[in-house]
Amino acid sequence: MSMHETKSWPAGQGTMLPASMESWNHKHILDLDDFSREEIDLVFEIADGMVEILARDVKKVPTLRGKTIATMFFEPSTRTRASFELAAKYLGADTVSLDAAKSSVAKGESLIDSLRTLQALQVDTIIIRHPCSGAPYLAAKHLETKIINAGDGCHAHPSQGLLDIYTMRKQLGDLSGRKLVIIGDIMHSRVARSNLWGTRNFDIKVILCAPPALIPYGLKQWTENCGLHHVSIEHDLDTAIEGADIVMPLRLQKERQQSGLISSMREYIRLYQVNDARLSRAKPGAIIMHPGPMNEGIEINHDVAYGKRSLIEQQVTNGVAIRMALLYLIAGGKIR
Amino acid sequence: MKKNALLIKNARIIDPANDIDMIGSILIKDGIIQQTGGSITDSAPQIIDATGLVACPGFIDLHCHLREPGFEEKETVASGAAAASRGGFTTICCMPNTNPPLDNAATIDYVNTLAARESGRVTILTVGCITKNREGREITDMSELAGAGCVGFSDDGSPVSSSRIMVLAMLKAASLGLPIIDHCEDLELSHGGQMNDGWVAARLGLKGIPAAAEESIIARDIVLAEMTGAGLHITHVSTGGAVKLIREAKSKGLKITADVTPHHLTLTDERIASNPVKPEESPAFDTLAKVNPPLRSAADVEALIQGINDGTINAIATDHAPHTDEEKLCEFELAASGISGFETAFGVLMTLVHAGKINLNTLIARMTIGPSRVLINRFGRTGTLAAASPADIALLDVNRQWIVDKNNLLSKGKNTPFDGYTLKGTVVATIHRGEIVYRNSSPGIAQ
Repeated sequence: MSMHETKSWPAGQGTMLPASMESWNHKHILDLDDFSREEIDLVFEIADGMVEILARDVKKVPTLRGKTIATMFFEPSTRTRASFELAAKYLGADTVSLDAAKSSVAKGESLIDSLRTLQALQVDTIIIRHPCSGAPYLAAKHLETKIINAGDGCHAHPSQGLLDIYTMRKQLGDLSGRKLVIIGDIMHSRVARSNLWGTRNFDIKVILCAPPALIPYGLKQWTENCGLHHVSIEHDLDTAIEGADIVMPLRLQKERQQSGLISSMREYIRLYQVNDARLSRAKPGAIIMHPGPMNEGIEINHDVAYGKRSLIEQQVTNGVAIRMALLYLIAGGKIR
Repeated sequence: MKKNALLIKNARIIDPANDIDMIGSILIKDGIIQQTGGSITDSAPQIIDATGLVACPGFIDLHCHLREPGFEEKETVASGAAAASRGGFTTICCMPNTNPPLDNAATIDYVNTLAARESGRVTILTVGCITKNREGREITDMSELAGAGCVGFSDDGSPVSSSRIMVLAMLKAASLGLPIIDHCEDLELSHGGQMNDGWVAARLGLKGIPAAAEESIIARDIVLAEMTGAGLHITHVSTGGAVKLIREAKSKGLKITADVTPHHLTLTDERIASNPVKPEESPAFDTLAKVNPPLRSAADVEALIQGINDGTINAIATDHAPHTDEEKLCEFELAASGISGFETAFGVLMTLVHAGKINLNTLIARMTIGPSRVLINRFGRTGTLAAASPADIALLDVNRQWIVDKNNLLSKGKNTPFDGYTLKGTVVATIHRGEIVYRNSSPGIAQ
């Protein structure tokens, strides 16, 4: 797939669908565990067109005109929510945003009732973020409305996984034989989990690097049982980062120290912070990614975060393009 | 009360207590078994031709939740009794985690009053609390609870964390000749846990409950039971390591007994991610399979079956735990733990018999004389078809297929992970104290 080929769709009037569109088979986007390589390539192909739209002065196309997209966030979020809402608006959809943490839940309404209300309001697609793993699956099971998972508990964050891989590909081209190191709180990371599923068809090696208490007990068996043979675990960062092409530190929540999962921030920084010295062990030209928001000075130091190898801002921009592509595929009436 | 005579004939009589497995008849009069054998010539006004059916002692359940008082929306003593009868149970022991809890004689008396109304169909016994308000801080007036008729002591669901309190409770229970019925869980290790700590938890991003949370407390309480001389009954064993600990303790001659649930014997933690009757919903995050202790791995299931077969595990108990639909139709982490188990227990367990993993006679033993012996015959001579025993009998069709439909359950709790499963083996009739209290007359559930 060429990164630079220009596309006339979906902006143009005579919208031309990619030839491989038949491979798309999702009503909802819940995780990347059921995404084929062809489907991921399709998302990327459409995202390339979206990147082009994002570069314009007037970032508005009528593709989803008349569609209503609701964001329902049960967890504080600024970037993911803004990313999805802008993606929807750039495609011409109407958006409604429910700050679920403050509204119905406070009145004791159950998740399923809140969702049914949205469905009754004739919303076409619900984008849901929830602190409980599996919450979007409850929605998909009991509603007719299309659901996009914008992050559920420690389980999945499919749009983040896609934008991460998209960013890697844009920067590195072919990912074959590349080495990705994900560092930090794997235990509680939906980003890490979705990246594991998403990368499995890319002939890439993934090394998960964390203190033992932040690796789920069953992780190794999960990777073995589910064909994630490209994944391995390494507790020592200096070893893990050796020859890496992509270095991805994860946000370390401060609560992890209170619950004793790490002994002190000081020790964590000493053992797991990505800084210039550590990065010198990676491959020359290795890239830095972070799902945000960063704890500068903890999992990553300032120089690395804002250095020339950092793609953290590109991730944010690509995130909008990926979410536009997903909304196009899910909410666009032409496909199904 | 004058009761009519009843003759069950042509049944395959399986009575493990007396090592009987033969075709024959059972004669019942005044609620008591008169005679069990191959050549009964007496007749009776009421005759059941049980050709093709198994007749065995009525099932005894050491662990269930009837939710009354306090949680009548989940279950009542009456609805629970109806469900138990349908499941072939004639004696059930209800746990004390009601509201208020059964931590004093007055609440036990109250439940006994409700139970007495159901005494025509099932014998309901109570378990008393170990500690006041199940808080783990002060032991209850256990002699008073024993006086009110409780069969043992348990803080089920809120295990006693303090070793010192457990020692005090065991000393008292030992002096009363009653067992501690132990829900073994290290609450610090299990804190926040949603399911078995294994690969499915890692995949689903749900916090795990390690096997060690159960095993470490079993190990502690075996040591404490040895020290105090108390009878210790370990309930709803879920891990292979637990079976091993219990086996070793028993080999030392300690007064340790144990039970396991039908769901722990037949399901693994993978059931949370996928449902064989709804394969399209995957991962399912199925709250119907959320239970405490959690469903474990396939290796644990094999070890539990081994424990049933070699006698390490004395009894099968349902841990019937009814909940409302709302408590299950929610986020996995917020969902209530528990499975409504009375009505599916036998059919579910028969899958193990049909698969050749457990012998039918062993299964029946663990549902009848096994639990009866845990209760030390103190509460009636149950679990046997010997003459002069109460006529508590289950009539079973081990080959009849049916499809579980949760909406047809008599229990108020429709929370079964077996909904939609095709099971082979059903309770055809339940006889309690000589009266037919349940008869399977609903072709709707049968194929």
